[in-house]
Amino acid sequence: MEIPENVRKRLSIPAEEHFFAGHTACQGCGASLGIRYVLKAYGRKTIFVIPACCSTIIAGPWPYTALDANLFHTAFETTGAVISGIEAALKARGIKVKGDDGVMVVGWAGDGGTADIGLQALSGFLERGHDAVYIMYDNEAYMNTGIQRSSSTPYGAWTTNTPGGKRHFLEKRHKKKVIDIVIAHEVPYAATASVAFPEDFIRKLKKARKVEGPAFIQLFAPCPTGWRSPTDKSIEIARLAVQTAYFPLFEYENGKYKINMPSPKKEPKPIEEFLKLQGRFKYMTKEDIENLQSWVLREWEKLKKLAEVFG
Amino acid sequence: MAEYKPIRKVVSGNYAAAYAVKHARVQVVAAYPITPQTSIIEKIAEFIANGEADIQYVPVESEHSAMAASIGASAAGARAFTATSAQGLALMHEMLHWASGARLPVVMVDVNRAMAPPWSVWDDQTDSLSQRDTGWMQFYAENNQEVYDGVLMAFKIAETVNLPAMVIESAFILSHTYDVVEMIPQELVDEFLPPRKPLYDLADFSQPFSVGALGGPNDYYEFRYKIAKAMEDAVKVIKDVGKEFGERFGRDYSEMIEKGYVDDADFVFMGMGSLMGTVKEAVELLRKEGYKVGYAKVRWFRPFPKEELREIAESVKGIAVLDRNYSFGQEGILFNESKGVLYNTDARPIIKNYIVGLGGRDFTVPDVKAIAENMKKVIEAGKLDREVEWYHLKR
Repeated sequence: MEIPENVRKRLSIPAEEHFFAGHTACQGCGASLGIRYVLKAYGRKTIFVIPACCSTIIAGPWPYTALDANLFHTAFETTGAVISGIEAALKARGIKVKGDDGVMVVGWAGDGGTADIGLQALSGFLERGHDAVYIMYDNEAYMNTGIQRSSSTPYGAWTTNTPGGKRHFLEKRHKKKVIDIVIAHEVPYAATASVAFPEDFIRKLKKARKVEGPAFIQLFAPCPTGWRSPTDKSIEIARLAVQTAYFPLFEYENGKYKINMPSPKKEPKPIEEFLKLQGRFKYMTKEDIENLQSWVLREWEKLKKLAEVFG
Repeated sequence: MAEYKPIRKVVSGNYAAAYAVKHARVQVVAAYPITPQTSIIEKIAEFIANGEADIQYVPVESEHSAMAASIGASAAGARAFTATSAQGLALMHEMLHWASGARLPVVMVDVNRAMAPPWSVWDDQTDSLSQRDTGWMQFYAENNQEVYDGVLMAFKIAETVNLPAMVIESAFILSHTYDVVEMIPQELVDEFLPPRKPLYDLADFSQPFSVGALGGPNDYYEFRYKIAKAMEDAVKVIKDVGKEFGERFGRDYSEMIEKGYVDDADFVFMGMGSLMGTVKEAVELLRKEGYKVGYAKVRWFRPFPKEELREIAESVKGIAVLDRNYSFGQEGILFNESKGVLYNTDARPIIKNYIVGLGGRDFTVPDVKAIAENMKKVIEAGKLDREVEWYHLKR
């Protein structure tokens, strides 16, 4: 459908679609929205690198592709290394990368492929300073293999290998703070984003395009299948994750922290509001919820302090 | 075409590899250090530092990433190279499948080194032969000259059939031992090896495409067949490129098995890599002493030179296969492969396996002579004393 010029001018999200209908994501999938926004921000002169994850399937089997961009599927733990190699090749060939009109090399990996098996290659990519963007879409478990915990799975969540039961749930560790590990590499740009705030996400993607060196974005991407949540509630859940400060939106740029909350003055909502829409938290006791709540607030205070001191 | 005047340099096997990488105008090198490969990448880094080579060098954090980055670089159209050894090659294993599956002509030098434990940094072929089924072509160099020539030919062959290739040299025996190598002037290398024309190019955005997507049971099978076919086709390409190399530069590689004294030999020694240098020397001496022996040096292990081996088998009474490697629960790997090739032929020479030189144990001319004595007895008796012999095992 042609969008009238006067409407197009008012849109803060690019109207162009580079993610085709007919992809094979589940209903309410946050990751598929993420791909759509990345391609809206970067257009078709993009090389996507996708390791083993839901997006391997979402993009479609051979000979199909749902992406209006070039896509290289790779092994689970190699996203950081493959984008490094691609960037090196483009530079060797004198092809412009990043900037307003350069080729965008995008690593697109889930939390398992980033926080766990792919952490080494991510670290290598970051410390060597390649001109590419790494996006970790965080659905907080190994969804493609059938909902097993990753180190990004939150405290108290049910997964198929941390099941809940009469005695209790098994996941007793808090979510690994991958972004803190990334920032420890002194990267020029790192940010969190959420599919519930696409304008913020696209702004961050555009910023990542402009920085020299590696950029990292951790995107909160709900998974109704794995989270046991209604398919029409994904955006609401993602919004509550931000509003409860469970997944705060912020940017780290050359040593400076900036919190990008929709209502920065407001106190975080109680964590229950985020939890109650999802079946994966149904085994949590009152104490468990208190435990998670205190972790969330502690981390939130830490982030506010960082923004205050290094703002 | 300019006249070929070789440039003679005294270099180690590893430096021979590095010079070949420079002369091949490789665009991306992603590598991780490991003994005894390290001096290859050090020399390449030196070329870059001195402005002698225009290479993007990616100092990755592991061999697994070295291969992954090389694959990324190759998929984005660049000529890519890496090098490794033993444990490093084993760590790369998963990605070796990815390179051949994505049909990327990455070239790698593997410096043959024994696998741990116990720790060993010395020569042994089990590391490279463990990669037998990954869809990589494998060239075994006898000396430093063959390391240099092998890398240049490997790029040309790999980029013709769109499969990756491994050039293999011995730890220390070649990697750190200096010898005269005849190098080819740059403009002649450029004629022999023009810039790569990739099968696909991730930097071509004219039509979106994906590589390596899910292949269901209905498609996967045919993808595998295409690799099998490319490997079959590689036999002719290897012979043609080897012949062309001989015509241009005087060193002929048109035979996948280099033969000597085979026609009138009672039996031949067969093996791969630097140990065949020792064998060739020994054969010369044994011939003078009246032994009717020859040698068959297997240059390319993948694709396997079936026809050439069958021809050899037709003319000899016995084959002594020397394996600097071992497949536990079976036998030497070259021996195993060779027997397989000969089963469906009428030629059935006696074929015996000698396990030699594992983990860098010396393998010398007197050893070859001792094996010749044993092999002679076996042939006279007309039957094997034992099928596999661990030569000079301390008991």
